[in-house]
Amino acid sequence: MKSGLKRSNAPIFWSLFGAGGMLSALFGPALVFITGIAVPFGFLLPADAMSYPKMLAFAQNLIGKGFILAVIALFLWFAAHRIYHSLHEFGIHAGLAAKLICYGSAFVATVISVVVLLGLGF
Amino acid sequence: MTENLKIIEIEVLRYNPESDQEPHLEVYSVPFSDDMSVLQGVQYIKDNFDGSLTFRWSCRMAICGSCGMMINGIPKLSCETFLRDYYPDRIRVEAMAHFPIEKDLVVDLSGFIEKLESIQPYIIPKEPRSLDQGEYIQSPKQFNDYIQFTSCINCTLCYAACPQFGLNPDFIGPGAIALLHRYNMDSRDGAAAERMELVASEEGVFNCSAVGYCSEVCPKHVDPANAVNINKTNAAKDYFLRFLSPKGGAK
Ligand code: SF4
Ligand code: FES
Repeated sequence: MKSGLKRSNAPIFWSLFGAGGMLSALFGPALVFITGIAVPFGFLLPADAMSYPKMLAFAQNLIGKGFILAVIALFLWFAAHRIYHSLHEFGIHAGLAAKLICYGSAFVATVISVVVLLGLGF
Repeated sequence: MTENLKIIEIEVLRYNPESDQEPHLEVYSVPFSDDMSVLQGVQYIKDNFDGSLTFRWSCRMAICGSCGMMINGIPKLSCETFLRDYYPDRIRVEAMAHFPIEKDLVVDLSGFIEKLESIQPYIIPKEPRSLDQGEYIQSPKQFNDYIQFTSCINCTLCYAACPQFGLNPDFIGPGAIALLHRYNMDSRDGAAAERMELVASEEGVFNCSAVGYCSEVCPKHVDPANAVNINKTNAAKDYFLRFLSPKGGAK
């Protein structure tokens, strides 16, 4: 066995990436359809399906909060990981800087989402 | 006989470390018959045009794994790739990608050999076993768990295919991880935890970004990408669960 091996911290990012990838594959297209087509065009869904009071009620429900947080945060962690690796694949090995920008923005957005969702009350 | 032979142009990447600054292409017109492989094409060049052309081969039947080359940019065993499939176009033959070239089509495999050694490619029994305990009994199911990963012939085509190995030569890489998985999955072996240190390390499975090209080019259908993926899951489990396990997992 080789000596001086360093354990990789990748599992943290890889798990978030995997969870986000699964979630975006499951919900991404449906969300685009609902928020981008069905509701704005009053197609299949009533036009007020996403009205402010309804959305506020959704965001004040514990399960609703969980869903919104998962969709925002995990999608971002997924994207951050993918972008970071794509940069590497294109030959941009910005290392720590790229890591900080990619995962950092996902982290900041996660924190903001948590703060806002909690601020909305229950 | 010679009249019936078609002529194919073979462009070969040449490099002589003693005289060349960098590799360059040279074109040869090679008469061939339909049963001739690309390996036979380069052998024809060596026998008839330039005896200094250097390449590796042995079995010429896709078993020894020594004749890998980039053929029109795709990693292939040259002994099971046929000239007729490229005719009438010109065919380009180069040393395997991502490896340092030693001479012409021969690459330096010492890094790969080190990796092979590092995975401990042998059965390490769970506990010492004496002769009078008899042979190991293995069920068909236990046998099926690893047999696919025993088919590797160490041709390193998967390394030539892997963009991540191209970017980071320290990555243990598809072939060696497939072999590591072969021993981990063997019911007679008990060293999976020991090998985890390597799997979970910075040289380990997380270099892979699931491109999957390794499995596509593998001439033996080993599916190294699958072995790497399974070990990503194993390493992630080990990462998070090591705090719960009494031994503390790999370091
Ligand atoms: S896994 Fe397949 S491509 Fe890779 S070295 Fe083994 S036989 Fe060759
Ligand atoms: S010469 Fe043995 S695999 Fe091609």
